[in-house]
Amino acid sequence: MRNGEGGNRFVIPALILLSFVTIYPIIYVFYLSIHRKLLIFDISRFVGFENYLFLLKDDRFWNALKNTAYFTGVSVSLELLFGLYIALLLNMSFRLKGLIRAIVLIPWAIPTVVSARMWEWIYNTDFGILNYIVGTKINWLGSPFWAMNAAVFMDVWKTTPFVAILLMAGLQVIPRELYQAARVDGAGNWATFRRITLPLLKPVILVVLIFRTLDAFRVFDAIYVLTGGGPANTTETLSIYAYKVLFQTLQFGYGSTLSVIVFLCIGCISIFYIRILSRGMNRRSRSK
Amino acid sequence: MIKRVGFYVLLILVVIYCSGPLLWQFITSLKPDSELTRIPPVFPESLTIRHYISIFEGHPFLRIILNSAIVASFTTISSLIIGSLCAFGLAKLKVRYKALILGFVLSVSMFPPIATVSPLYIIIRALGLRDTWWSLIITYTTFSLPLSIWILTNFFREIPDEIYLAARVDGCSPFQVFYRIMFPLSAPGIFTTAILVFIFSWNEFLFALTFTSTPASRTIPVGIALFPGLHEIPWGDIAAASVVVTIPLIILVFAFQRRIIEGLTAGAVKG
Repeated sequence: MRNGEGGNRFVIPALILLSFVTIYPIIYVFYLSIHRKLLIFDISRFVGFENYLFLLKDDRFWNALKNTAYFTGVSVSLELLFGLYIALLLNMSFRLKGLIRAIVLIPWAIPTVVSARMWEWIYNTDFGILNYIVGTKINWLGSPFWAMNAAVFMDVWKTTPFVAILLMAGLQVIPRELYQAARVDGAGNWATFRRITLPLLKPVILVVLIFRTLDAFRVFDAIYVLTGGGPANTTETLSIYAYKVLFQTLQFGYGSTLSVIVFLCIGCISIFYIRILSRGMNRRSRSK
Repeated sequence: MIKRVGFYVLLILVVIYCSGPLLWQFITSLKPDSELTRIPPVFPESLTIRHYISIFEGHPFLRIILNSAIVASFTTISSLIIGSLCAFGLAKLKVRYKALILGFVLSVSMFPPIATVSPLYIIIRALGLRDTWWSLIITYTTFSLPLSIWILTNFFREIPDEIYLAARVDGCSPFQVFYRIMFPLSAPGIFTTAILVFIFSWNEFLFALTFTSTPASRTIPVGIALFPGLHEIPWGDIAAASVVVTIPLIILVFAFQRRIIEGLTAGAVKG
């Protein structure tokens, strides 16, 4: 190929690495998922879609799917709400803005495992500060009802900064004149927010939703360290169930089937969001 | 006036919400064991640094920190080299299927790690790379490439094409233009990318848990998750370890807050 400048040479190393470490494994995981593979006994037998049929009747899988959906739905909506609130607050002018923004970033920067350990201590039934502040004696991580919500809240704490930062960037792009014009017209705070801020922020909100939904759906480390999936599998998400099947029972075939399902779900979610996003863009360019 | 006071009260609440849990962990790390289990738990009567000493004594904690530092540094360097080359090609040179390549790179960043972990484990075992730094460096480099490529492509695009052409006329090869002119000119972008990739590699857990099995290559998140506690959980030691491994990140956040925000928004919103 003649292109004069040989741009391919620059791009190819990255593409090779990406293919070898991500594309090839994705094909391989499909291959594993139609096998019965037990790593310890060196067993590997082709079984077709047997694993997938087994999955349909596997209560633990449906339970994990339900938990993952609950975790994703609740935590992403709370993050959006909190994040928007913090973004609006930080978008005002005040002193020490840089310092406050750095403090807001703290939860985002802390390793998830560390924050899980931190919250484990905060949630401690006997000596935790949460029970002391609220004045209760709740076994946060030991009761089926609270454990999942405790995990959700930890995730909300951890990722709200990311949402807030992105929304803040979106807010800064909105022209000031629009707000001045709204004030001249006598619009109140709520009306300005609903009529100007929210519609103009919509593309950024969608991007935030994509990133957060995908991240929450594949949640692993936060819950794995906080509760290990317990009590009684009430916090077991798809990633955790797949990991346990893969590396605790060493069933690489069925474990890979679960991995494929996570991959397919993530794919569907991405396509769904990208379609909404591109439809929004088209409408905007048409109205111009 | 009242409005202003209300605003600052809300701001203080946000600050407490974001930094409170870490401060609480810091207070915990300084409490002697006898005070950890005392009610009310708020302020300790005496402070101790015993937990900080104990995590380094008779525990491979230093080794684990070193592993993380090495893995994160190597990942950052290799992701920057490979990513910036690719970004330069995409931003300034003729490459076929540019949009397709960028779309592919973006879609890779959406892959759930759990979907690739079982085949990668088998591959890494077959290559004899289990429990080595390399298993993590190679994986992290690849998974951080999409971020590097996206941020750096945006940065290189903002450099005027005339600069590239002028250097070519003066006799530089494309590669020379890259490392003599483009790379230095986009130093802020390179730096931003480096911070984000470093934090990602310092914090990653799933691959580290799977590919490492001994303190020879174990990284910090795995070390903290598997903190020894046969009969009771050593809360004081865990708190001390948490504080120690979080300090480098807090320093990065406070020193480069603006760059980090820039990188996050460039990587996400413009993508």
